[in-house]
Amino acid sequence: MSLFSQDSDASFFDFLLRQRPDLAPGGLGPIRGSWGMAQEERGGASVLPVPIGTTVLALKYEGGVVIAGDRRATEGYQIADRRIEKVFTIDDHSAMAIAGAAGPCLEMAKLFQTELEHYEKLEGVQLSCEGKANKLGQMVKANLPMVFQGLVVVPIYVGYDLRRTEGRIFKYDITGGRYEESDYYAIGSGGKEARSTMREHFRKHLSEADALRIALSALFNASEEDVGTGGPDLIRGIYPTAKVVGAAGIKDVDEPRIADLYKALIAERKKET
Amino acid sequence: MPLPYYVSPEQVMQDKAEYAKKGIAKGRSIVAMEYEHGILLVADNPSASLFKISEVYDSIAFSGAGKYSEFENLRKAGIRHADLKGYTYSREDVTARSLANAYSQSLGTIFSQELKPLEVEILVAQVGEGTQANEMYRISFDGSIIDERRFAVIGGRSEAVQIFLKDRVSEPVLTLKQAFALCVQSLDSVTNQKLQPEGLEVAILDRTRPGRKFRRLLPPESSQLLG
Repeated sequence: MSLFSQDSDASFFDFLLRQRPDLAPGGLGPIRGSWGMAQEERGGASVLPVPIGTTVLALKYEGGVVIAGDRRATEGYQIADRRIEKVFTIDDHSAMAIAGAAGPCLEMAKLFQTELEHYEKLEGVQLSCEGKANKLGQMVKANLPMVFQGLVVVPIYVGYDLRRTEGRIFKYDITGGRYEESDYYAIGSGGKEARSTMREHFRKHLSEADALRIALSALFNASEEDVGTGGPDLIRGIYPTAKVVGAAGIKDVDEPRIADLYKALIAERKKET
Repeated sequence: MPLPYYVSPEQVMQDKAEYAKKGIAKGRSIVAMEYEHGILLVADNPSASLFKISEVYDSIAFSGAGKYSEFENLRKAGIRHADLKGYTYSREDVTARSLANAYSQSLGTIFSQELKPLEVEILVAQVGEGTQANEMYRISFDGSIIDERRFAVIGGRSEAVQIFLKDRVSEPVLTLKQAFALCVQSLDSVTNQKLQPEGLEVAILDRTRPGRKFRRLLPPESSQLLG
């Protein structure tokens, strides 16, 4: 008998890989074969017709981090969904936003939520902010086989580090590489545009309201330049979503507040033109 | 060739049961009691970090009495069962009944097949959503399962505590304060000493909380509640 056996591990993700690989991301189960076959049948086309999620960003303010994302999912040149959610509450002090293939993205968010809750229940304490960020990196790495099938999942993770008493932003690459950002970051097809807006307006020690305004205008600019990113939809009343992570925990920014901010932003731009 | 000694199955089972009961009786008791907004769990536990009561899922709590290493393993297995079920299906599909059944199966198998039975008694409690009734299951070392109403006691001198509570839990709905006072009195009565809030592990399943209903009451809060 080995001491400290694998079974005493507090990770739900590892448990799933061992016990139910068919449910784990990364196509370690029978899914892998069927996808591979489907691809060959289509003559080796590398892009699958799956909904793709688009601009998400995170921005630090004085007491934490604002994380926001647009609502559009596209499938080729079609809009697959107008009100998809790309920003997820993970636990009391962290959130993640994802760009990539919608299905695997949603799966990873759900698995990461379960992972952190599982650890907390088994060990009696929460993982550190650093620990959570590293674990997410391993999950992204496990998805690597699916990347070659065109199913990319790239997250941004934000958390409030209770030990350091500051908000933190982590970005990832497809191999699970984890990089910490000091001020702001955006990913997705409109990420570049959003980053340039934030570069222009970002200052250290922003207030929460200013950070939110910059985040929303960055998403607005991204939607103007990128077909894959949805702007505020005034007809249907669909607006990007945002969450604020601070020392007191995570809270959603109410839709009416976002709608008002967008109305003000649009009025301002009308004046300028 | 010497023949192996014959021991009747009855004798084997009786010996095992006696062994397990002795192990469980050595420990201290844990009481679970329904109150107006959920279920209160109180354990006589001098340690502030080695827990006997724990969260399993949104509305489900676990508590174990007997040998720590054994019920700790059962607790972890329960959390894995619940999280896997919630992940595969939906959060609302995780129920105390299915968890209690799984425990009952495992404990029953171990009791009949292994040389050494587990010296544990466990309790699985689920607070009902809205107007739904609460559920409390007491599972013994041999896998027998008992569906309890109003209150449940495991470990230590559990029978004495049960007798103490039987006549006293009469009011239809107790407030948290009343239920807590009664739980502490019942534990006091079998230990013949006044238990201090620092020596108690207290947790509630509070149905008024959104999401995860489990919450620990730390000594400052529990001593205030005890008044």
